[in-house]
Amino acid sequence: MATTLDLPGVVAHESHGQRVLFVEKTTYLAAVTALYDAGFTMCVDLTAVDYLAHASRVVPDGVVAQRFEVVVNLLSLANRERVRLRVQVGDGESVASLFDVHPSTEAMEREVFDMFGVRFDGHPDLTRILMPEDWDGHPLRKDYAQGRIPVQFKGAAS
Amino acid sequence: MTTIVSAGAATSEGGQELRPRGEISQKALMREAGAVLRLSESAAAALSDVVSDVDEDQSMIINMGPQHPSTHGVLRLMLELQGETVLRCKPVIGYLHTGMEKTGESLTYLQGGTNVTRMDYLSPLNNELVFSMATEKLLGIDGEIPERAQWMRMLLSELNRMSSHLLFLATNGMDLGAVSMMLYGWREREEVLRFFQKVTGLRMNHNFIRPGGLAADLPAGWRDDVLHLLEMLPDRLAEYEILMTGQPIWRERLQGVGVITQSEAIALAATGPILRSTGLAWDLRRDLPYLKYREVEFDVVVGAHGDAYDRYAIRLQEIRESMRIVRQILDKMPSGDYRIQNKKVTPPPRGRIDESMEALIHHFKIFTEGFKVPEGEVYVAIESPRGEIGCYIASDGSSVPYRMHVRAPSFVNVQCLPHMMRGGLVADAVAVISSIDPVLGEVDR
Amino acid sequence: MSAVREVLDNGLGGIKHNFLTGRVEDLVKWSRSRSSWGATFGLACCAIEMMGTGAPHYDIARFGMEVFRASPRQADIMIVAGRVSQKMAPVLRQVYDQMMEPKWVISMGVCASSGGMFNNYAIVQGVDQIVPVDVYAPGCPPTPETLIHAIETLHQLIEDGEIMRRRAESGAGANVHIQEIPAGITTPVTLDRR
Repeated sequence: MATTLDLPGVVAHESHGQRVLFVEKTTYLAAVTALYDAGFTMCVDLTAVDYLAHASRVVPDGVVAQRFEVVVNLLSLANRERVRLRVQVGDGESVASLFDVHPSTEAMEREVFDMFGVRFDGHPDLTRILMPEDWDGHPLRKDYAQGRIPVQFKGAAS
Repeated sequence: MTTIVSAGAATSEGGQELRPRGEISQKALMREAGAVLRLSESAAAALSDVVSDVDEDQSMIINMGPQHPSTHGVLRLMLELQGETVLRCKPVIGYLHTGMEKTGESLTYLQGGTNVTRMDYLSPLNNELVFSMATEKLLGIDGEIPERAQWMRMLLSELNRMSSHLLFLATNGMDLGAVSMMLYGWREREEVLRFFQKVTGLRMNHNFIRPGGLAADLPAGWRDDVLHLLEMLPDRLAEYEILMTGQPIWRERLQGVGVITQSEAIALAATGPILRSTGLAWDLRRDLPYLKYREVEFDVVVGAHGDAYDRYAIRLQEIRESMRIVRQILDKMPSGDYRIQNKKVTPPPRGRIDESMEALIHHFKIFTEGFKVPEGEVYVAIESPRGEIGCYIASDGSSVPYRMHVRAPSFVNVQCLPHMMRGGLVADAVAVISSIDPVLGEVDR
Repeated sequence: MSAVREVLDNGLGGIKHNFLTGRVEDLVKWSRSRSSWGATFGLACCAIEMMGTGAPHYDIARFGMEVFRASPRQADIMIVAGRVSQKMAPVLRQVYDQMMEPKWVISMGVCASSGGMFNNYAIVQGVDQIVPVDVYAPGCPPTPETLIHAIETLHQLIEDGEIMRRRAESGAGANVHIQEIPAGITTPVTLDRR
């Protein structure tokens, strides 16, 4: 990658040949803006992971693991390269919205809010997108059950 | 008075719906008019002519869907109209939310294909391909997939692109009123589905591309079937050119409709035919190649105006490009294994289960417990007929994904709808939706 | 004239038969089954197979069903094709309520019949929790042959008249389960080049 980010709190890492940057919440928006100026003009994907059931995951030195991780995938069309950002977000905390830099994140951040409950500051319209408006809970959290109903198969020996 | 005609209290989605003009701020109105898309001040001001000098009395919010003949699945659109002109548009999605990502956390990596394949149900093999590629990368075996398996995957992926684009031609035609195109497109698609059924056993939702390779080898006589397909299609496509491309009514209905500029498309992360219709030649098969796309020759089809006509023409031409690739695959298909010979990942051949105890144990473990994938996370993306489809898997070392997320192209492409519809006629709304070719299964997952 | 008075008061279902009214009722049932119009309720993958059934290869026009009316007021059969999510369930009920009697429901595919492979928070486990179902068509997705089998089963039930009587009594659907016809079992028509 042409630029090395000089922002504090950015730890570079590699995962199976893919470039990953661990970014702190406070410098997250600045990092994304710097990457935008460096050519990463498309935010391809923004999602989150709830590490409640795997708190012992391996993170590089200098990174404090939190419950949620917001994962942002950026693409540079000119240089044909990708970079992935991972931001640690604690339970109940909110993180900056990328909407002003990448308008494509409008629906993606709404989905993360709907599924995980992570709030995005500065998002213009943070409402649920997939679940009904009056739904309780955030389905993709690890403490939210899958909602299986017990199934009785016909002819099964009960 | 702004009238809201909605389907009834039971289907009201509260904050997710389009709010009347009087209830939102000027800044929000500007944002909905696209002012955030890094337009210059003057361009943003020019846009807002459509928006700001409208009295509340003169505009009406109507609700289209979720059950509607012309939407591709259960997409609900709220449109603010002034007469026939669309001022604002808001898609409301979630009517097909299936909890697939949650389900994916309880299915093993071998079962995961059955789940992922039902997201974009028009190109199921592409979903399975991206999921399998992500799994293989996590396992570290992505460099060891046999040649034949990769060429077979490419063959199936390109045929799937053809069947998906044929369906696009069919539904696009029907949405615009050319109902016979619906019949023709399905007639062609049946031929491709018949080939899939011969190879994979199913017409749709195949679960055929699995981590490590494929589920089975190509059956005898597959070359003849593909050749028959390649002989039959060009004449038919030429007929469709006469029926649609050159036809004045078709052109008038699509040219200049649903225009999106290149900077808007990049800002909204639109990929696939939408991005290519604005003039940017971005195709993951060529720019970030995977499988064996480096070894086949094909052109990336690009439009110039960013309108619905360009997107239609791009997809029609992409069928021809896919046929070209399939012809090269026919020549170059090597012999060999259809899957990696790694007993921990791919199940042993069924015949060997009778002979070898070890084979039986491996079969049992793979199908009940599943193979364990080392801890890590990875994102892999390929070019599906709709754009970039990506799969992000985070693994915790167990046999089920800890988090499985699919970056669905239609989910992101649907965000282009307000920008494409703004300033257009409500009668063109259907044409615009159709030109984006969304599949609600992957929008809602 | 008592036959006419009977019909005006009680409708066709309750008349005592004589040869004249018997013929009329048969005619009505026959025409209902031969020319039923479907309501478009394609949701997911099953909708694609439903459209494929309307396409030239399988052609449900021969059974009088190629007309899919968008307006539920004009439709007789609602083929619920695909998985029904929590958000979609009230919409489904609304569309069903808007359909005029007589109306029937075919639950196409395993997701509509029982929730299918998606036994989770997001999917209604069987559309029969919302509307009374007359025929269940299994498959994921059902092949067009299976859907035609389901439609023809329903047509037969309509023509026999049993279904109307049961609906009038209990409001329940006929709850007929059919066998799936797997793919490839029918000989495909080979189209030539031109």
